[in-house]
Amino acid sequence: MNISIEERLGLVSFEIDNEKHIKVDTSLCSECDEKTCLYFCPTKRFTLENGKIKHDYEGCIECGTCKFACPKGVVDFNYPRGGYGVYYKYG
Amino acid sequence: MSEKFDVIIVGAGPAGSAAAYSLAKMGFNVLIIERGKYPGAKNVMGGRMYAYALNRLIPEFWKEAPVERKVTREKLTFQGEKASFTLDFMDEELREPPNSFTVQRAKFDQWFANKAVEAGATLVPGIRVDDLIWENKKVVGIVAGTDKIEANVVIAADGAVSLIAEKAGLKKFDVKQFALGMKEIIELPEKTIEERFNLASGEGAAQLFVGQCTKEIPGGGFIYTNKSSLSVGIVIYIDRLIKKKIESHNIILEFNTNPEVARLIEGGKILEYSAHVIPETSRSGLFIDGLLVAGDAGGLVVNSGLTLRGMDMAIASGVAAAEAVKKAAEKNDFSKEILSYYEELLKRDFVLRDKETFKKAPEFLQNEKLYTLYPDFVCRLFHRLTLVNGPKKRVFDEILEESEGKRIQMFLDMLRGMRAL
Repeated sequence: MNISIEERLGLVSFEIDNEKHIKVDTSLCSECDEKTCLYFCPTKRFTLENGKIKHDYEGCIECGTCKFACPKGVVDFNYPRGGYGVYYKYG
Repeated sequence: MSEKFDVIIVGAGPAGSAAAYSLAKMGFNVLIIERGKYPGAKNVMGGRMYAYALNRLIPEFWKEAPVERKVTREKLTFQGEKASFTLDFMDEELREPPNSFTVQRAKFDQWFANKAVEAGATLVPGIRVDDLIWENKKVVGIVAGTDKIEANVVIAADGAVSLIAEKAGLKKFDVKQFALGMKEIIELPEKTIEERFNLASGEGAAQLFVGQCTKEIPGGGFIYTNKSSLSVGIVIYIDRLIKKKIESHNIILEFNTNPEVARLIEGGKILEYSAHVIPETSRSGLFIDGLLVAGDAGGLVVNSGLTLRGMDMAIASGVAAAEAVKKAAEKNDFSKEILSYYEELLKRDFVLRDKETFKKAPEFLQNEKLYTLYPDFVCRLFHRLTLVNGPKKRVFDEILEESEGKRIQMFLDMLRGMRAL
């Protein structure tokens, strides 16, 4: 019953856009002490690799949290282009 | 598209479809633009809609709408460290007229948008509205990619993270004002659901959890019974989550392993995972020249602790927006002075009135002790009352002992609670 976040995302349907809908200016992330993105994103799209924040827009379910929860304000949030992104079958 | 519409509605959720349905019935030329590939594709909620608002618009809608179960059983569970205490309320009178239904948005929102189309509205899914067209500081249409479409008035019904309300200068986003909801759909046979929740055939339960499940973060857990699945999830205040440095998705993962929850979902299969922010206290301005904001986009949700409402508020606001547009059209004046009638309607009806009634609730509900001290107190007290392992004390003495050193605090919080809820 209890499956990891990666497995959970495997159950979600996506129409992946080749255009990034969320752009993160990670150049400022090294100055960020809190790195709250590692906690707030419910799909774990922000990861820390070799001390650097990485963001993967594929697998984003457009919940909206990162639009306002990044303390440095480096997340440029938009929705995917029409028809792209997550599509829930149950919702 | 070079056609001009009377009204353009951004978003085919409950607010947008309610507005479109009402306007189309009044004879307006309405366009609804939805960014999802179908209405409901992007929409998430816990799982329950109160029936009152939609029943006014489409009487006895449940006879044709894809609702899951009529909720007749309300449960509230306080989770302590090792115990849990559940209030279980079953009410025959919640049956007729129905008070609330569990719904699944992908199905329900398609049905509702289709009602608007049947009434004469034009629905265009799979298109993202990128911007507004302005003329002398008035909104006169929308931009979608290279398309520009004009209208007398635009209704922003684009959800909790309303980029349209933001572009209109009506909304600022603040992390303190939002909660994050995470949910999974767990498939179980109809019979199993009815047995586990003690339900009559076709009837449903709503169970809220307060305490351990949110790791001392203000919020709660929920289970709503659908026809042949459960909606199981967690809602937490985002700024508190960040302070605790807990990964959000782990909270819902752990919720599943809580013994009380685990027994209810046992043998089920996870069909889908979803998440969305909830505009707990995030308000936006509701009108400017040529534009109205409805539903979650305007922050029109009310959490009274026991009733968590969004969809019914969205529908009522959509209908009110349509009424305001009608009035503006009669005067052929879509300025904010005339459109302010929208806010007047929301105050007269229940939407802004309920927001006012429960305006102190969010602050009260962010008190951490509600999620730690009190659920634990209830559980420990009942532990004392039920345990037999020697001489027993009177109930009142047990209460005094268990509340030792916390009584003033508890009294003050009770007063606050009575004022807020």
